[in-house]
Amino acid sequence: MSSPAAIDIRNLSLTFATGDGPVYALDNASLTVDRGAFISFIGPSGCGKTTLLRVIADLEHPTSGNISVNGASPRQARLNRHYGYVFQAPALYPWRTVEANVTLPLEIFGLPSAERKARARAHLAMVNLSGFERKYPWQLSGGMQQRVSIARALSFEPELLLMDEPFGALDEIVRDRLNEQLLDLWARTGKTVVFVTHSIPEAVFLSTRIVVMSPRPGRIIDVIDCDLGPKRTLDIRESPEFLRIAHRVREGLRAGHSYDD
Amino acid sequence: MPAIPTTTSAPLAITGAAPPLTRLLSGVRRGALIPVATMTMVIIAVWYLACLPMNRDLPQLANVVGLADRYEVAWGLERPVLPAPHQIVAELYASTLGTALFRETADGFVLNPRNLLTHAWVTVSATLAGFAIGVMLGIVLAIAITEVEALRISLMPWIVASQTVPILAVAPIIIVALGSIGIVGLLPKAIISAYLSFFPVAIGMVKGFGSPEAMLLDLMRTYNASKAQIFLKLRWPASIPLLFASLKVSISISLVGAIVGELPTGAQAGIGARLLSGSYYGQTVQIWSALAIAAILASLLIAAVVLAERLTLNAMGARP
Repeated sequence: MSSPAAIDIRNLSLTFATGDGPVYALDNASLTVDRGAFISFIGPSGCGKTTLLRVIADLEHPTSGNISVNGASPRQARLNRHYGYVFQAPALYPWRTVEANVTLPLEIFGLPSAERKARARAHLAMVNLSGFERKYPWQLSGGMQQRVSIARALSFEPELLLMDEPFGALDEIVRDRLNEQLLDLWARTGKTVVFVTHSIPEAVFLSTRIVVMSPRPGRIIDVIDCDLGPKRTLDIRESPEFLRIAHRVREGLRAGHSYDD
Repeated sequence: MPAIPTTTSAPLAITGAAPPLTRLLSGVRRGALIPVATMTMVIIAVWYLACLPMNRDLPQLANVVGLADRYEVAWGLERPVLPAPHQIVAELYASTLGTALFRETADGFVLNPRNLLTHAWVTVSATLAGFAIGVMLGIVLAIAITEVEALRISLMPWIVASQTVPILAVAPIIIVALGSIGIVGLLPKAIISAYLSFFPVAIGMVKGFGSPEAMLLDLMRTYNASKAQIFLKLRWPASIPLLFASLKVSISISLVGAIVGELPTGAQAGIGARLLSGSYYGQTVQIWSALAIAAILASLLIAAVVLAERLTLNAMGARP
């Protein structure tokens, strides 16, 4: 219990200076993420959910406020390779085979070749892609490509998995299946997952906590505990508990809606 | 879950195996043969027809009447203004396969200066040397511009300005300047060639090194990759398609540069020397055959780059 929270955010604000004046991407956000949690940021586009994830990953720098990742600064966490990042697109290198894509971070960290290969094999098996090591990305479907990128993020065993709408570009059938697999992966590895989405069912199905955000300025307007039990299947989406949480998320999104449309 | 293929057969079935060499070598798109052949025949026909009007002021045609007779003479003139295609082909044959390539001298066998292939080799060696220098210079400049912000601002205008200088004016200066310090032969021509050929590589590679999208660079940042690692594992492989696009332009202007470099040398050897001596002595057929061999060389050099491109991209797993 004495170990620090996975992520601790206090009064975090981030303002982008643009030609049209300042854009308040994040306004006074505070949040604590426990170790082993599966937390989702949900909100309409422009609510700062991706910006918040990028601040955690040290890809953006806050204008004010404090943030710690694994008890250290985001920069330190990045230098220590405490997190794996999964982007909206698979972001695979087209000239590398599936295996070579997974071993990319391991090459950069200077692991020996045999260990790189062993880890790639293990993590590709974890995302059900054994036998595809020699393929090139273009030979894989979009869902399979995104699973390769998840294997790549897991390959160096980070404690934290940051995922920015990883399934946003996929069709619903593939997305459902990947959601089940991701949940299974999370249960087996015990990682802390921070997941950005704009799909209510996805957030409710996957998360232990849901952070509802609203745009202009980007604010956290509700944090909803959402524990539907460890052995979830897609059927749970018909249950009253699921619908109750989904309703509360929807209410939160509606309340924070600042569009004039 | 999708069926997992067995490791022995299925992965190879889709790609894995290299495409057959014939497909790598075939430059002409399927179905292009007939249109290309038709256009070639039209050009040759127009050329033959043009031989009479172009040569009509020559004294050999003064007293010839009757169209058929006039054409017969026009197609067989010794120093025509416009030679007929078959005259060029005959001259090409006579000056290459019809002439001994080697000649015995006191020093042993040397390349025969009467053979056009000797001149072609002189030009090609300068071309390849200039191409190698130009490509390396272009890549080094592109790396400098990509990696050093100050150089991006200061160097780029000079690179662009270098190409606004007419090479025909610069070439004699380079030849004379280098000749005065004892550098003659291949190197001055190679330098003129490199002066032209570095440019497309530098411009293309600046674009190529900058081509990886922000997401791929962010990914490298999350790994805390060094600048050298980002370059070797991301920027360099991402720029390969643009490298070959640049090389195709670069190799052909390398040849132009080498020929231009041969013009002020006092007509010793090379295709440029043949062009110059042909125009001194009014040997139009010789000029045209030198032009033809230059065109053939350019095609072969570009074909070599295309073959290298296909082999490289194939090895990099590009979609066939």
